[in-house]
Amino acid sequence: MADVTLRKVVKRYDEVEAVRGIDLDIADHEFVVLVGPSGCGKSTTLRMIAGLEDISDGDIMIGGDVVNDVPPKDRDIAMVFQNYALYPHMTVAENMSFGLRLKRYPKAEIKSRVDEAARMLDIVELVDRKPKQLSGGQRQRVAMGRAIVRNPKVFLFDEPLSNLDAKLRVQMRIEIKKVHQKVRTTTVYVTHDQVEAMTLADRVVVMNHGRIEQIGTPNELYHKPATKFVASFIGSPAMNFIPCRLEDLAGKLHVRLTDRIAFPLPPARAARYQGIPRADKLLLGLRPEHITEAKPHPEPGVEAFETVLDVTEPMGMETLIYFTLEGAQVCGRVNPNAGAQDGAPLRLAVDLNNMHLLNEVTGVVL
Amino acid sequence: MTTATIDKAAPTRKVKYGSMSRDRAWALRWSYFFLVIFAIFFLTPPIYMFITSLKSSAEISAATNPWWVFHPTLENYAGLLTSNQFLRFFWNSAIVSIFVVTITMLISVPAAFALSRMRFWGSATLATGVFLTYLIPETLLFIPLFKMFAVIGDWTGIQLINKWYVLLILYPTLTVPFCTWIMIGYFASIPKELDEAAVIDGASWIQTLTRIFIPVAFPGIIAATIFAFTVSWAQFLYPLVFTTSTDQLVMPVGIITSLIKGDVFNWGQIMTGALLGAAPPLIIYAFLMDYYIAGLTAGATKG
Ligand SMILES: Nc1ncnc2c1ncn2[C@@H]1O[C@H](COP(=O)(O)OP(=O)(O)OP(=O)(O)O)[C@@H](O)[C@H]1O
Ligand SMILES: [Mg+2]
Repeated sequence: MADVTLRKVVKRYDEVEAVRGIDLDIADHEFVVLVGPSGCGKSTTLRMIAGLEDISDGDIMIGGDVVNDVPPKDRDIAMVFQNYALYPHMTVAENMSFGLRLKRYPKAEIKSRVDEAARMLDIVELVDRKPKQLSGGQRQRVAMGRAIVRNPKVFLFDEPLSNLDAKLRVQMRIEIKKVHQKVRTTTVYVTHDQVEAMTLADRVVVMNHGRIEQIGTPNELYHKPATKFVASFIGSPAMNFIPCRLEDLAGKLHVRLTDRIAFPLPPARAARYQGIPRADKLLLGLRPEHITEAKPHPEPGVEAFETVLDVTEPMGMETLIYFTLEGAQVCGRVNPNAGAQDGAPLRLAVDLNNMHLLNEVTGVVL
Repeated sequence: MTTATIDKAAPTRKVKYGSMSRDRAWALRWSYFFLVIFAIFFLTPPIYMFITSLKSSAEISAATNPWWVFHPTLENYAGLLTSNQFLRFFWNSAIVSIFVVTITMLISVPAAFALSRMRFWGSATLATGVFLTYLIPETLLFIPLFKMFAVIGDWTGIQLINKWYVLLILYPTLTVPFCTWIMIGYFASIPKELDEAAVIDGASWIQTLTRIFIPVAFPGIIAATIFAFTVSWAQFLYPLVFTTSTDQLVMPVGIITSLIKGDVFNWGQIMTGALLGAAPPLIIYAFLMDYYIAGLTAGATKG
């Protein structure tokens, strides 16, 4: 068990800078998820922690020791690969014990560790099989078992679930969470699936173009995104961005969306946005759940307006509605009984207590 | 409306299916046609040899029907298998081949591993270079090589020419490049994550090679072994040039030098010797083929 620290870590491949200076402190026992779009440098970062890639610049510390030049086998880490990478000629038990056998652990100790891991992962009856006799989900469990028996300082996962079908992925996600609750090993987990990131992580690191965009707990990222990239990456369906301006109307600060629609800001928000120049081009960020059908007695800060819907998507528990404001497609979530219909007008309410205001040019959340 | 669509689609599908299976039938017919022709073509000589090997010298020279044995006899087999000279050739061939296969595998497996995985400076060029050496025929090399060994003999007093073990130096120049090339191909098909997993599990390069790569690429090793064995068992030019004393000869050269006396061809024994000589590679093929066909990395990844 150990903490992991990255200091200004850079990775250059000839011309390309895959990772451009990453600072990250991962506490002991913490489960940190690196998330971001394809090619943003998640795997590269993970592989540098593992020691599979040299670092071009900066320092990586595991348990307080700089490990820049320490080979992978001496870093005391375990890694689970996207394609499992099981040794095809060994049985499940041999796969799991390979690392321990190389280190010449006593036979009894190896057996007890393998048994324990197999029990934890519910693969006891599979230990004598070869990998080719296992299903994808079972192979993934064996790959995790191989990491667990080593009892390393750090677990590294590189998109371990992306080869599984949707249902199995949900199941294995829970499995991984359970394992982490039991063994409490510091974990760095790479995924491009924001749901996986939100559900698994103690803290999520959102990466983009080789840089860290934001670090925070799942809730922080969801409710207080720092940039438009994070705001749009986290959450499904994604946050809506509607072009807008600030305007003073009758002594109160308003946010103007269209010629027809301008909402007065709740007092807390008005105070926060007071200093923004009125001419600035802004974006109003609203999550779909904050655009609902209008209610007879709205709470303070909830403003109603009327619009014509383009498309509706009944999901059972709720209905997703899509309409257009100032050229931007907007998604809302209404009650299935609210009477939303394709092409029909509907009176909607926006909850401005949960709004975000972004600079349209820089994408920074104000 | 739905039914109408189905009714319409059904005959179309049937026709398509029919034409596909007709294609297949024709493809099969052609395959059988050519396979039978090739089989006849390649099996005729050994059958002829076998028939001749059962005849006495008298019957061969009597020029009766060459495809029929009127007085079958095992005297050629008995003659050869009791001849110390023939057994000596056989023994020399066996020793040379076993050593060459061992030497080849000891060199080409680690070489292929280094060239395909360790990615040192110039490894790609070196890999191509290894293959190019295989393309130079031995007919081009035997004179300079002979001269080389003669010079070495003059300078150091180590006489290699006319000793069977000179072949242990010569044959690997043929087998090592090709076997290295085969093994590079097999190693390349092993996913990179497998050696990364091994490295993280704490394996050194040597351990990754011996505990992961060799077992996983075992079919490739079998293929390379078969190749090395066949080449060294059947090689003719080098032993013809470099060995002359009867006790140093290997089988292919031994048969023609000892069984052809002047212009007297002992056909019965020549055929018998050739047949007996072809037996070991056949036996090796038969035993190793099962392993060769076994799957390579099944189960390593998502499959
Ligand atoms: N060996 C390499 N040589 C050159 N460029 C590389 C190499 N490996 C990765 N890159 C580049 O580095 C960048 C980051 O790659 P990385 O594999 O870390 O992406 P990722 O975030 O894991 O993406 P994905 O979700 O698709 O796996 C990419 O732009 C990629 O093209
Ligand atoms: Mg990746």
